[in-house]
Amino acid sequence: MQKIAALMRQKAQELLSSGQVQQVAAWRKGQLAYDNAPAVFTSPEACADLVYDEFCPANLSKYLLAATKKKLKTAVFLKPCDTYGVNQLLKDNRVQREYVYAIGTPCQGMLDIKKIRAHGLKGITRITVSEGVVQVETVYGTQNLPQRDVLLDKCLQCKGNAYMIADTEIGEKLATPEPRGDAFAAVKRIEALPPEERFKFWQQELSKCIRCNACRDICPACSCEQCIFDNPAAPVAGKAFADPVEENMFHLIRAYHVAGRCVGCGECARVCPQGVKLGLLNLKFMKDINTFYGPYQAGSDATTPAPQVTFTQGDVEPSAAGQKGRS
Amino acid sequence: MCNCQDTLIPQIGVVTDVCRETADVKTYRVEKPGGGKLFEHLPGQCALLSVPGMGEAIFSITSSPTNKNYLEFSIKRCGSITTYLDDELEVGQEIAVRGPYGNHFPVEDKLRGKDVLFIAGGIGLAPMRSVINYMLDKRDQFGSIDIVYGARSREDFVRYQELTEIWPKQPKTKVHLTIDKPQEGWTGNVGFVPAFLKALQFTPDKTVLLCGPPIMIKLCLAALIEMGFKKNQVYTTLELKMKCGIGKCGRCNIGKKYVCKDGPVFTCDELDEMPDEY
Amino acid sequence: MFKIAKAKWPELWQALAREGQLYLPALVDGKTDFAPWQKDTKVDLLTAVTAKSLKQLFFAQVEPLMHFQTSGKKVAVTPQELPAQPTIAFGVRACDLAGFTILDKVFLKEPVDTFYRARRENCTLIGLACGFPEETCFCQTFNIDAASPAGDIQTWLVWDNLYWESRTGKGQQLTAKLAALLTEATAEDAKLVQAQQTKIRETLSKLPLGRLRFSPELAKHEQEVFNSKVWEKLSATCLSCCGCTYVCPTCHCYDVRDYAGKDGAVERFRCWDSCMNGDFTKMAHGNPRKGQLERFRQRYMHKLVYFPEDYEGTFACVGCGRCLRICPVNLNIVKVAKELEVDLHV
Repeated sequence: MQKIAALMRQKAQELLSSGQVQQVAAWRKGQLAYDNAPAVFTSPEACADLVYDEFCPANLSKYLLAATKKKLKTAVFLKPCDTYGVNQLLKDNRVQREYVYAIGTPCQGMLDIKKIRAHGLKGITRITVSEGVVQVETVYGTQNLPQRDVLLDKCLQCKGNAYMIADTEIGEKLATPEPRGDAFAAVKRIEALPPEERFKFWQQELSKCIRCNACRDICPACSCEQCIFDNPAAPVAGKAFADPVEENMFHLIRAYHVAGRCVGCGECARVCPQGVKLGLLNLKFMKDINTFYGPYQAGSDATTPAPQVTFTQGDVEPSAAGQKGRS
Repeated sequence: MCNCQDTLIPQIGVVTDVCRETADVKTYRVEKPGGGKLFEHLPGQCALLSVPGMGEAIFSITSSPTNKNYLEFSIKRCGSITTYLDDELEVGQEIAVRGPYGNHFPVEDKLRGKDVLFIAGGIGLAPMRSVINYMLDKRDQFGSIDIVYGARSREDFVRYQELTEIWPKQPKTKVHLTIDKPQEGWTGNVGFVPAFLKALQFTPDKTVLLCGPPIMIKLCLAALIEMGFKKNQVYTTLELKMKCGIGKCGRCNIGKKYVCKDGPVFTCDELDEMPDEY
Repeated sequence: MFKIAKAKWPELWQALAREGQLYLPALVDGKTDFAPWQKDTKVDLLTAVTAKSLKQLFFAQVEPLMHFQTSGKKVAVTPQELPAQPTIAFGVRACDLAGFTILDKVFLKEPVDTFYRARRENCTLIGLACGFPEETCFCQTFNIDAASPAGDIQTWLVWDNLYWESRTGKGQQLTAKLAALLTEATAEDAKLVQAQQTKIRETLSKLPLGRLRFSPELAKHEQEVFNSKVWEKLSATCLSCCGCTYVCPTCHCYDVRDYAGKDGAVERFRCWDSCMNGDFTKMAHGNPRKGQLERFRQRYMHKLVYFPEDYEGTFACVGCGRCLRICPVNLNIVKVAKELEVDLHV
């Protein structure tokens, strides 16, 4: 990973000094062992701070919205899964291709600091990864963990190491984590529950929400200029719940709105401070879309229209969802 | 523990008069349901009015403290609450009111004995009117009064009758009106307030009270400086979004100053020391 | 000082719960947060940083303020009754306790927020020293002593014993009611507690943020800090979510909203708000904080500059490190303060 980081720094510096791009979206080193922050670099000198390691989970594609608005040609380092987000933003016409310089960036799975902490590790001073082992040094001692145990959940549903969009690539592609079985297994489990239990499950899950909006704000499919939930005139605009229905509405409306556009990047679930199983709602929609319209992966290119925005004579009737929803 | 009512709890007032001022401004008179004033205030202070179910919004009190019977608010139709007020509020309707909030124009000390120049644009007359009527009711405590007031058209003057029939007849009081564009039947000045101000050639020995849209404030201030006024001679009043009115909810600050509690009245040199975020 | 052995803790929780609604750190869904105690609560006294701060105990995320009943042209208002129930919070860390002194400055200042005050006065706070500080901790930056938490009672967990010492009259009153459960600590015990205190302070100094200091100069240069170029750099990747505000023990901005029910009944409630929200300062005629930069800047200016200006140099931060843990893009107050100090050469 250090080699990749060095190549990235070099690339970023080249692109900025040649004037090929006006800014570079990447990650900046933090102050702890794991807190690299997404950052925008505007000069070759600033790129000295550019880092890349197993703690760069954030999907940078969302920053292309601001780049397009400011009309700044932006180089963006994209892990294979992040490339789907860029395509979707292009397809939604929210980002313009002329402002994007996509750099495919190899990844072998990102680590989850919450999972590392869940092993009882506190006072972390250093984390190193080598040959499938994560060594965590703390002020209280050192512990080794198997890398697969502490991968982010989203990495356990990895879509592979292919870039869906890339103007150039950094280094050699790496082997991405083996996906963990059936991506829709959890959805099927919930579908199998009796309606009352399913309702209870979602009520419990969604009532954890504190309405911080992080899921919406990181989502590459949530790209409205102004979100209805920020509109004080909308009856659902609460920053906090007036009644328990409200936060349910937030997540349900959001899930409907991104259906067919959600690329399954898993960022919503990653950023949720309350651990709400948000990806699950989106997965349900993906599963239904696959069932009703045939296999579809949002963001795999920037042109194919989503099944819901096209009409064919063979399309299922809307009532199919009610009838087949539990299949 | 004191069980006194929280400041956030409003009183109930009743609308006893609604006066259509312009196409989008009305003046509402509010009293206690049994008659009498809800609370005492000083010129420049504000109150939060609310229509239950719609929410609260802050407005300057346009009536003078010397009026002992009621409070008045001149409100322009602008956002959701003001639109509701404009459409629905009629005589006999009860509304929730709390206040007074904020500081006030220094009518009890610094303005005493001074020649005062009021400059207002549009609905900016609302807070000024409170001071003007206060001064006119205590006429011997203040020097000359000049009121420069600009509106888009003749129909956009708030309190036109007061402006033309009452105020100019008071001792040492002059009203100078201007409208943005020529209009049939209008014999007064035409042009924007800053230019009119310069044409009127005021001497910089007056104390200025300025209120209007942000752009007008900016340009008038520049004109005044050009005419030899100093920033500490110029008072203005600001408006930002407010929820609590008591410096706690955290949204109306400009730097460390809360407009609801440290303002809304500031001198222009005080504004210079604050971050440019209003 | 008193002590109570681990075997007796369930009895202690039960005894405390008899004196008032008891809140303590509990493990739910793999996360430790303050929760009302029930018999099956999994109490977690080892995790130093709960997911959220305890501020919601005094400043609820949502609370009704008053009820309106409208009928025709008539409006009647009934203020929400002030909460009267005694509460006890156990296991509160030094940083969160310090957070309350910051909220006090805002809510107990005239005009007093009576809802906050009622809850604050009804609560007995039992502090717990931080046996295992985390890498995100930096309370020592503000001279907060994690080894000696403030509160009405302070406690230390050493091996399987909880050591207990009252600090206020309220604390003594509660302690007196627990006499049957608590035993007098020995000189030997006092040494154990002292040894833990030394260890805690040592550990804190060895953590990555152990030597961190925030410069008091920031508050003396409001305009320079406001106009610094670091805001553009740092805010560029902020998502404008309000995770940091909601977990912060000192963030206290709120919104007041109405909820119209049936038949003319209206509930006016207060809820947490955040300067990160786009509509926070939005008015009908415009918004003085137009974009992400302005909103991001406001949050940190408030904590590092405006609040210290208003309250004799006190930063509106207690070093709990929650913003370091929650931010989806790893931005936080430490990074901001460091960048500002470099930019302003202070």
